[in-house]
Amino acid sequence: MNASMHSFDHLPNAPGVGFKPQHFVDIVERPGAVEWLEVHAENYMGHGGRPIAQLKHLAEKIAISVHGVGLSIGGEGPLDTDHLARLKYLLNWLKPARFSEHLAWSTHDGAFLNDLLPLPYTDTVLTRVADHIDEVQTTLGRQILLENPSSYLAFDASTLSEVEFLTVLVKRTGCGLLLDVNNVFVSATNLGFDPTEYIDALPLQTVEEIHLAGHDKDQDENGKPVLIDSHGCQASEPVWALFEHVIDKCGPKPSLIEWDTEIPDWPILEAEAARIASILKASVA
Amino acid sequence: MTACDFLHAVFDPTVKPPTGLTDGMGHPAGRRFDIYRNNVINGLSDALETAFPILRKLLGQKKFRSLAMAFSRLYPPTTPIMMFYGSELPEFLTQFEPTRDIGYLPDMARLEIAFRESHHSTDARSVDADELRTYLTQALDDARIGLSPAVRMVQSSWPIHAIWRYNTIDNAPKPVMAAEDVFVARPELDVTPHLLPAGGYRFIESLLSGNGLGAATVDAMRFDNSFDLTKILTVLISTRSVTSIGT
Amino acid sequence: MSKIPITLVIAGAVSAAFAATSSLPVQAQAKEKCYGISLAGKNDCAAGPGTTCAGTSTEDFQGNAWTLVDIGTCAEIELPGDRLGSIEPLERDLPAT
Repeated sequence: MNASMHSFDHLPNAPGVGFKPQHFVDIVERPGAVEWLEVHAENYMGHGGRPIAQLKHLAEKIAISVHGVGLSIGGEGPLDTDHLARLKYLLNWLKPARFSEHLAWSTHDGAFLNDLLPLPYTDTVLTRVADHIDEVQTTLGRQILLENPSSYLAFDASTLSEVEFLTVLVKRTGCGLLLDVNNVFVSATNLGFDPTEYIDALPLQTVEEIHLAGHDKDQDENGKPVLIDSHGCQASEPVWALFEHVIDKCGPKPSLIEWDTEIPDWPILEAEAARIASILKASVA
Repeated sequence: MTACDFLHAVFDPTVKPPTGLTDGMGHPAGRRFDIYRNNVINGLSDALETAFPILRKLLGQKKFRSLAMAFSRLYPPTTPIMMFYGSELPEFLTQFEPTRDIGYLPDMARLEIAFRESHHSTDARSVDADELRTYLTQALDDARIGLSPAVRMVQSSWPIHAIWRYNTIDNAPKPVMAAEDVFVARPELDVTPHLLPAGGYRFIESLLSGNGLGAATVDAMRFDNSFDLTKILTVLISTRSVTSIGT
Repeated sequence: MSKIPITLVIAGAVSAAFAATSSLPVQAQAKEKCYGISLAGKNDCAAGPGTTCAGTSTEDFQGNAWTLVDIGTCAEIELPGDRLGSIEPLERDLPAT
């Protein structure tokens, strides 16, 4: 069939995988259970060459979700309009099924920290983040999905819970949610809340995409467990259990394996995707 | 807490973390703040390690990490486009006490930056070989040729091409002392470095400044009387680096 | 410097250069082009180094990543079998003015 006859304007309720260039041949030749891919926006903001050639080739074969990691939506200062323009350019030519970003900040005063940093949940911050999301959605001309963060600490200054904060944001801006189940589990362990209660309190009808990933285990100086969102191994069993709980409640959703460090050979990712597929299938049956 | 306090404490471990941070269960956050310090510095160091694989090989993992951590705290990225991060590293290597005396490191860093720039540069179609041949044969010294946006050059007083080969290609000969200039091309999508023949750097610089083939040849011959036009044209043709002809 | 007219130098070089490159491989198809891995730094897989939303592992959690490891003297950073680090750079030929 002619590739141009396909339309990949939405993500299927099926497994996806975070794209890494070393898997290009595997994906083109034997995608297995994987029905969509996610790429990091900032990796495709060069001028040309192989990265963009690969992405163009993939976009003719499979649905793509673009995941931004550098917009700093939670930033104290104004959004970086140059970066927003680069994003708009990318989304205009690629026309991905989805675009998502993080509830976090990473840029301040001209320095980019290449990490997703935490925010206090207050009314002031809420207004600022909502304004930023409005600006992004207006500029890009589309709804964005916002991902819940992994937290290692909390702020005394917070007056709202994360769920309350996200709920108001979604209502005020019309953005959707990218529910990272691993992040929920990591934050719940680190900050001592119940991950299932967190999920049950979320507006699950606005979740349009789900992430699963692996974490590392450590402890703080008081001997309390601290989990690190490392994306360098398989998702843990409690995270899979939480994922099944989410799917039970809201039915099948586009669900992604994120694996960004210690990247494994393709068959391992394919097996993780197959596990997602069986959970999604079971929920329909 | 302001983002400013947070940022300063992330980059400078002697600065106390912002106040008002907790573990969510009534205790101060304590060393949990170090996770963000580590994430940021390790993340930037990882980026540099990926960006400068030859430098990493020359220095070894442990020493390269020290260099990367020192560099990234002084020169954090200024945009989220990490593919071009590290442009100040060649200069930094000349000032950083432990690497200051290792003469070839800055030029190796420049070469690795040239590889990355070439890798991500704009795609351009090369002029068909027959068409190029016909044109050059007719226009001769008046010929004007434009080169691919992926072309880069690095000039060095050190054998940087040989060092690159030795650290990339199995069984490559050991480098011997020589001044080497390198031409970086990207035929299709693969970045490849080529050793420039004597006068080659000057010749291409002259072409890029808008001179025709004749003026560039004279320039290069004046610079180095052993300049061999055949050799440099062979490099340009074989790497499909000519992307426009005429003016 | 050569006394041969520049047009003759160019004519000769053009024909010799094309003769030397006559056996170039045919350009690859679009799809195959995407498959390759560049030799340059063997780092093609990480085209966007560092851009990830993952945190790092806990190896440096103690916060001791801050002591600068001594990089050592240049003699330690020799190229295998060669003490390039300890010799002076060559003087470059200066352009004729």
